[in-house]
Order: sequence, then C-alpha cells, then structure tokens
Amino acid sequence: MLEIRDLSAGYGHRHVLEQISIKASEGEVVGVIGPNGSGKTTLLKTITKVLEPISGTVLIDGTNIDEMQSTQIAKKVAVVSQVISINFEFTVEDIVLMGRTPYIKGSETVEDINIVRDAMEKTNTIFLKDRLITQLSGGELQRVIIARAFAQNPKILLLDEPTSHLDITNQIDILNLVKHASRKGMVVVAVMHDLNLAAYYCDKICLLRDGKLISVGTPDQVLTPSNIERAFNIAVEVIPNEITNSLYVIPVLEPLHETLH
Amino acid sequence: MAKPGKSVIFILALLLIAAVISNTAIGSTSISPDVTAKILVTEIFESILEMTGKIFPSVTANMQANGYYPVDKTWTDSQEVIISDIRLPRVLLAALVGAALSTAGCAMQGLLKNPMADPYIIGMSSGAALGASLAFVMLLPVQFLSFIGAVITIFVVYNISKIGGKVPVDTLLLSGIAVGSLLAAFTSLIIFISHSPHQIIFWLMGGLWTASWDKVKITSVMIIFGILVLYRFAWSLNVMLLGEEQAQYLGINIEQVKRYVLVLSALVTAAAVSVSGIIGFVGLIIPHIMRIIVGPDHRILFPASTLMGAVFLVLCDTFSRTIIDSVELPVGIVTAMFGAPFFIYLLRKRRQSLYA
Repeated sequence: MLEIRDLSAGYGHRHVLEQISIKASEGEVVGVIGPNGSGKTTLLKTITKVLEPISGTVLIDGTNIDEMQSTQIAKKVAVVSQVISINFEFTVEDIVLMGRTPYIKGSETVEDINIVRDAMEKTNTIFLKDRLITQLSGGELQRVIIARAFAQNPKILLLDEPTSHLDITNQIDILNLVKHASRKGMVVVAVMHDLNLAAYYCDKICLLRDGKLISVGTPDQVLTPSNIERAFNIAVEVIPNEITNSLYVIPVLEPLHETLH
Repeated sequence: MAKPGKSVIFILALLLIAAVISNTAIGSTSISPDVTAKILVTEIFESILEMTGKIFPSVTANMQANGYYPVDKTWTDSQEVIISDIRLPRVLLAALVGAALSTAGCAMQGLLKNPMADPYIIGMSSGAALGASLAFVMLLPVQFLSFIGAVITIFVVYNISKIGGKVPVDTLLLSGIAVGSLLAAFTSLIIFISHSPHQIIFWLMGGLWTASWDKVKITSVMIIFGILVLYRFAWSLNVMLLGEEQAQYLGINIEQVKRYVLVLSALVTAAAVSVSGIIGFVGLIIPHIMRIIVGPDHRILFPASTLMGAVFLVLCDTFSRTIIDSVELPVGIVTAMFGAPFFIYLLRKRRQSLYA
C-alpha cells in the first residue's frame, strides 16, 4: 500500500509538485499522466526519497519514508526507468543481480542467485543470462531492467515511461508483464505518455498539470475531453473502443492541407 | 555466475611473485635467480623466527642453537646485503607504488565514469609536487610534505565541489583541474626562482631511487589498508556505472560512496607519490588494459588492476635502473615509453570504443 499525502516537492525554490495526494493498493495499476514538465518524474523521485519533499508525507505500508533508510526503501520500492543503453560490458545476469543490492552484504548468496534466476524466468530473459548487456535490443534491455526490479522483491513497482521508446509489440509485452505483476499483488504506479495504453492497462489514473493533480479516478472518469483539454491544451474526442472494452482518445486535428493554408 | 576473472587474478598473483624474485636478481652485480630465491626464503624464515621469538622465546632460541635453516648458505654476505637491503626494498616499493596508482586510477575511472581519469586527475599530483618543491627549497622532509600537499589538495577540491551536501562529479573534475593548475603554477614559480631546480624536476619525473625499508614499511601500511578498504566498494561502483539515479533507486548512498572512494584513493595515491614522485601513466593505462581483459566488474577489475600495476612498475623500474650502466632513468619516462605503444596497440586491435 502506497499513500501520498499533501506532497509538495521541487528543486530549490521552484515547486514542481503541489499538494498531491494519491493512494495505490495491491493489485492496482495506477497511471500517472500529464504533459511534459508536469512533475511526473519528480513524483517518482520523491516516493523513493531520492528527492526530499518540501512538505507532506509518503507512507509505504503505513511507514513514513522519513523513518526508512535508503536500503529499506529499495527493498520495498523498485523503479523501472526508461533505459536506452548501458555502455559497460556486464552480463545480463550481473545487471539483474544488481537488483539484490539492498540485500547483499559482502557477496551474493545462493538465495540471491535463485531470486535472480526466478526474476529472469518471469520476464523471459533467462535465455539472455550470459549475453552482454551492451548487445541487447531495446525491448530485451527493458525486460532485463524489469527483471532487475523484480529481483528487489518489491511491494511497489514504479515505472517511468517504461515503453515510450519501444515498438508496439514490446510496449504490449512490457505492459502485460507489469499487469501480471500487479495481479500477483504488487502495487504498480506507472508514468505513461500513451493515453490509450493508459486507458487499457490502468485501474486508476492521476492526471497532472503544472504539478497539481487535476483529476483522479477510473479511466472513464478521468479521460474526458474536457480534462484532457485542460491538461494538454488539445481538443480530443474520446470514444469507447469496443474491441478492447476501454476508451480510445483521438486528437481532433484539422485535415493537414487546411492547416497548411 | 561465470567467473573467468578468478583465474586471471590467480595468474597475475603468480606473475607478481615471479616478478619480485626475478627483478630482485637483476642488477649491476649479477646474482642468479635461484640464489636470490634462497636468500629471500632465508630472510622470510628469519623474520618469522624473530616474530615467533617474541611470543615463544624458547622455541626460537632452541632452533637458533641447533643452527636450523631451511636452505644451506651458499652465498656471500655482500650478496645478502645487496639482495635484502638494497634491491628487495626497492622492488617491493615499486610493487606497492604500482599497485596503489593502478588501484586508485581504477577507482577514479569508475567513480567519475571518465576514461581520462587517473589518480592525479583531481589535482593530487599538483598538491604533492608543490609540497615536494617547498620541501626541497626549504630543506624540509620531502616525503612528509608531498604527502600533506596531496591530502590538503583533495580536501580543498572536495569542499569546493560540495553543493548542498552533494558533490556532482563534473564539478569535482573541473574544480580539481582548476586547483591543480593553480598549484602547478606555484610549483613552476618555485622551480624558476630556485637555485637548484634539478632536484625538483627529477622528483617530478618520478623515480624509486630513494627506496629504503623505512619507506616500504610506512607506505605499505597505508597502501595495503587503503586498497583493501577500496575493494569493499567494488559492488557499489558497479551499480553506480549504471548512473547515479539508478544506483540511488537500488538503495546506494552515492554521496557516502563518493566520499569514501575519494578519501581512500587520495590516501593510497598520496602514500605512493610521497615516496616516488609523479609516476605517470600507470594509474591511467593499467586499469584500462585490465578492463579490456576482465571486463567492468570491479570485484575482479580492482584486484586485477592492483596486481598488474605492481608487476608493471616492478618491470619498468628494473629497466630504468639497468638499461644504462651506472645511470638511473626516472621510471616515469620508462612507464610511458613502454605503456603508451602497448596501449595504442590494444586500442587499435579492439576496434571499438573502450569505454562508455
């Protein structure tokens, strides 16, 4: 259970987040959407205590992160960022083993190795075990990063635009993995750009604009044309997608030849 | 996990032992390697006997009375003096300095994620050089002042770079270069106005001609301690190679790691520089060569760099003291003359980027 109460955060005197309150429970995928610069990544940094909040609290299973050491937080919360490349020639297994960092004292145990193997099985990366991380495709690399997050045995999985740089097959592949993890009892908070994927995969959506939460609720409640126009300054139409049984957001664009005149 | 690196460490350790013995044998007075080995074994045996004597006096007295020695003495006293009082401390000092520079270079490259990093990059060599120059003109102990110069420099650079409890790596590098240039200017000024600039210039070129058992004892404590504690940060440095933010997400206290790694690198570098002057190249190139061979994992890369650095400097130092009769080349010249072409060869052979 992740609970964010009246959180304000920023860099120096610049407030990036103001008075944010969000709750996310086990088995729930919570999407955070909003335009660039709306404070999405800052939110994830504050939840992991990489950035100290200006005011407000973050509770993980009821414990204030102020009272937790960074290794304790890393045992509860794993972050999957958009990793485009790693330039050092570690093997895939070494990279996944890095997920055990908060647990390892001295050198890794058999248990650590077993957890690493298990995480690689779940993410379908075990066949890449001895490959060099520098030689993977974008989709493979992102799956390895998710395996590393699973190796942390987290209660909460935070994703920062994990699929924006991937092709459509890999996007679906990664989001299915995440959805599955959530169904197994993980709390998932995902920063996303693709509104349609958010509508399909998320149980709850938080819409941010200029560091303020302007709408929270189910995709049906949040993804309305007026909300999206307020956040993104663009007119959209939202239609039900009968194939996926979710919503479909389409920007209302004028035909191209008319805009050019 | 596959660990081909362990066999590399084992081979390098054997290589170091072989290098120490064979290079102790080489010199203007020729003493065969087997006699050298016998003298060394006897020396080690005697010092163990001496140590045991402090705890169990009767055992030692008994053994000495019976004249018990592991090997028969087939060498002259003067050979024994050359080996154990002149060459051995010098070879050991070369090994220690090489190990220190190479390990510290490896740590700095990992910490700064910069392929140009070496132990001197954030101004430590300039600080040591200024300390040594002052010592030469004011007739103060050179070893002590150069050590202090290096330590003060790293302290100043670290504090200049600190912004709100954090030390950004870029700022650290730039302030190191700025402070280094400032101190180098003072050193140049001292050389310019000094009556006997040669001493300072030779010191700057780096050499081990002042080796003694005292120097070995003082530096070995600091260097071995510093290197062993640095090894404890191997895993953290691995994780930090993925980026500081990623490392923080994995629970690593990156500012603490930076602080410890900087202090320990500074300690071993200052200890090395204070007895050898500015020996270039070892700390830059050896870690790169080992990275090509064993990969970026600091758990293997650190010990591999330590051992290879020691072997490399032992070989270079022997070359520098034997190549020209009765003249000693500064070893810093030799390290670059041998190391640079070999490194260029490796770069070409690899045909891809060496580093991120």
